[in-house]
Amino acid sequence: MSALLEMRSITKTFPGVKALDEVNLTVREGEIHALVGENGAGKSTLMKVLSGVYPAGSYEGEIHYAGDLAQFRDIADSERRGIIIIHQELALVPLLSIAENLFLGNEQATRGVIDWQGTFRRTEELLRKVGLREAPTTLVDTLGVGKQQLVEIAKALSKEVRLLILDEPTAALSESDSQALLNLLLELKAQGVTSIIISHKLNEVRRVADTVTVIRDGSTVSTMDARTQKITEDAIVRDMVGRDMAHRYPERERVAGDVLFDVTDWNVFHQEHAERQVIKSASFHVRAGEVVGIAGLMGSGRTELAMSIFGRSYGQKISGTVRIKGQEADVSRVDRAIDAGLAYVTEDRKSLGLILEEPISRNVSLAHLQGVSSRGILDENEETEVSERYRKAMNIRTPSVFQKVMNLSGGNQQKVVLSKWLFAEPEVLILDEPTRGIDVGAKFEIYGIINQLSAMGKGVLMISSEMPELLGMCDRIYVMNEGALVGELTAEEASQERIMSLIVTE
Amino acid sequence: MSLADTTTTETGPKGIGEYLLGHLRTYGLLFALLAIIAFFQIMTGGTLLRPVNITNLLLQNSYIIIMALGMLIVIVSGNIDLSVGSVMGFIGALAAVMIVNMDIPFLLAIVICLVAGGLIGAAQGYWVAYWKIPSFIVTLAGMLVFRGLSLLLLEGQSVGPFPREFQALANGFVTDIFPAGIGQTLAPLFDARQVNVLALSLGVVAATAIVWSGMRNRARNRAYGIVDEPRSFFIARNVIVVGAILFIMFKLSTFRGLPNVLITMGVLTLIYAFLTERTVLGRRIYALGGNQKAAKLSGIKTERLTFLAFVNMGVLAAAAGLVFAARLNTATPKAGFALELDVIAAVFIGGASMSGGVGTIVGAVVGAFLMGVLNNGMSIMGIGIDYQQMIKGLVLLAAVIFDVYNKSKQG
Repeated sequence: MSALLEMRSITKTFPGVKALDEVNLTVREGEIHALVGENGAGKSTLMKVLSGVYPAGSYEGEIHYAGDLAQFRDIADSERRGIIIIHQELALVPLLSIAENLFLGNEQATRGVIDWQGTFRRTEELLRKVGLREAPTTLVDTLGVGKQQLVEIAKALSKEVRLLILDEPTAALSESDSQALLNLLLELKAQGVTSIIISHKLNEVRRVADTVTVIRDGSTVSTMDARTQKITEDAIVRDMVGRDMAHRYPERERVAGDVLFDVTDWNVFHQEHAERQVIKSASFHVRAGEVVGIAGLMGSGRTELAMSIFGRSYGQKISGTVRIKGQEADVSRVDRAIDAGLAYVTEDRKSLGLILEEPISRNVSLAHLQGVSSRGILDENEETEVSERYRKAMNIRTPSVFQKVMNLSGGNQQKVVLSKWLFAEPEVLILDEPTRGIDVGAKFEIYGIINQLSAMGKGVLMISSEMPELLGMCDRIYVMNEGALVGELTAEEASQERIMSLIVTE
Repeated sequence: MSLADTTTTETGPKGIGEYLLGHLRTYGLLFALLAIIAFFQIMTGGTLLRPVNITNLLLQNSYIIIMALGMLIVIVSGNIDLSVGSVMGFIGALAAVMIVNMDIPFLLAIVICLVAGGLIGAAQGYWVAYWKIPSFIVTLAGMLVFRGLSLLLLEGQSVGPFPREFQALANGFVTDIFPAGIGQTLAPLFDARQVNVLALSLGVVAATAIVWSGMRNRARNRAYGIVDEPRSFFIARNVIVVGAILFIMFKLSTFRGLPNVLITMGVLTLIYAFLTERTVLGRRIYALGGNQKAAKLSGIKTERLTFLAFVNMGVLAAAAGLVFAARLNTATPKAGFALELDVIAAVFIGGASMSGGVGTIVGAVVGAFLMGVLNNGMSIMGIGIDYQQMIKGLVLLAAVIFDVYNKSKQG
């Protein structure tokens, strides 16, 4: 097989930083090539160089594509040559139909008048190809993230794609949607489409990739070929972080105290559709010093469970009791839930957890302004001291606590959210996907923080889609499916197979 | 309450150029105001800064500034209020009907008017806060409704005049508490016929307070290692602010002294600046505008806060309506027409963001004065209303473009 793409000693410098340093990447015709590395390693920059976001001349090195030296001026230029990127943040217009989205900017028209019949016919063809059974007139708004991802791929196919680049395509997908997407990639490969996939999920990488290239600190560290060697996750992780990670999960002494947090017979109905029950009589408890996991597929109601408990932030017709330290707690409003000793670290830190335009200091104090004020008057020096303390304790990498949160990396942003909730001094922390979208190093630090919380006698309820993470961190795991807790496993009993079988047998 | 204190501080001593770049917005606004004042001072042959004109300038812009305080809060919280001009006119009409037609004591009428303003704010805020109806729509409706109500109330006529005591609300001056002898003794020093000692001494007190609190803040920040402003800037800024205050007070003291309205405006500005910058309530308003969902999940009662922002706006619009009616000495159905746009423009020129979460009280007040000086200067120069409108429009556009450009450069 010949090389479709060869990027030779690509160097890209921004004022003061060398983002890419002599990176080499060779992608063979018809393969699935995985690009892995920690956040900030330079993967996205490399793909921007490739797709012409950074035009030829703004970087050093050469790109050889399909036989000739490619010098793309912009994205349109690279798209004409069949290089298509699907970004993590989907670029679909929610209130337009599938068909309209597929041919946006590429309308099937003669002299500006759209040929709707032709558009629908071609849309149906493309949807069949990606295995999406929806009418072309369906609004994108009504589709789940998984299906929207498929629409994006169909859109790429409509442009005669030759090299498909997917930036973390499964980050927001449920297990089954992810599987479907990976299968589609394999199918496209069989039809001759070459793809580059950027992913943090190493099990997926191992499953579909023919070749894996690891990038660290702007340089190529290694390239592994699945056809000539066996690729293990440990090998990839080692190359990614540059050290052996014998323990991906830090050790913790497991001591469970008295029952701290106890929820019984919790029922919740859907926010808009009052007849749909989202949570069905869920009962669970967390002991002091215990880390308890909730496993389940995306859409099984895990976030809805957490948010409905935390000040009725989700749903309606909520019933059930919450006890903290044996006392019935009033959690009917967020401020009351906080007073009762609860904290909820959201899965969506950018839109629900942080005020991106404001500095770290103001984000840290937000949930507990009483702590930096007296009689309603703020003490900004106290606030600075507090946030400085958390910056050190959490190892938030920033020149100052007056830095706007939007300038931080995902891992550091997550540490700011955690700081905010730790400052509110809760007894029980509900962590919803605490490590989503952050790199291996930051993950390890967050696990360390969770262990510290447990050592302090706090109760931690951890929701996660990554089963290895739950298995590595939790003392006990509840399994959730379709709004009900369908099983409970101790750390010793739990395994990926046990959890999956509990989900499917229900 | 100085301009630069209202922006985010940054650590570490940095180059002056870099510092200026980071705070271009704050200083830019101040320099723009000074430049415009200097420009019109020259173009009007010195008329702009004559005592009588300064007094005029303050009176003319008082109701805009009073409403800008409330509007800043509404805009920072992520909303907008298009009804304030109409509400202002309606309250003026209500006052006129009560005081002139019904002979209700004016103090009682003032109280009723302020309460009515609060109720109007509550009626609009209720839909915005608890029903999530876009504020643009709710207050657009309010604008029409209250314009109609003023017409109805006044039966299409102008109603006036008001009793003298009521007029003093806008046109009155604070009586000099110092013996007249002192003023007469000082007068020759200033080459004036009379000197209002109260105005002079208040100017000195205010200037001293600003320098003192600025230095105290600076010392404290230094102790916490967050010195941001280069010393030269600190000194220059204080010299300009103190100079301006002393200059204005001196000018006022040689005319009729301190207008009542200046005191009202000054006190309100101080209260709202303190409220937005130094209190938990103020912080929560910024959080609400910055990210409503995150604020709500942090235990902030976002609905109630939005509601209160509108109630506050209603009360301030009522206060402005009273001042406006007192100043014109009559209530007309046309009062307050399109004034909401001047108020909103002032807030945006002052650096507030359309999407909420950003903006300062001091910025809004300076923005209002900037527009006020433009209006006044152009009127003295005899520039037609046609050109005045165009120039004001372009200034607003330029200020916001400058904001957006600045932001994109910071990345």
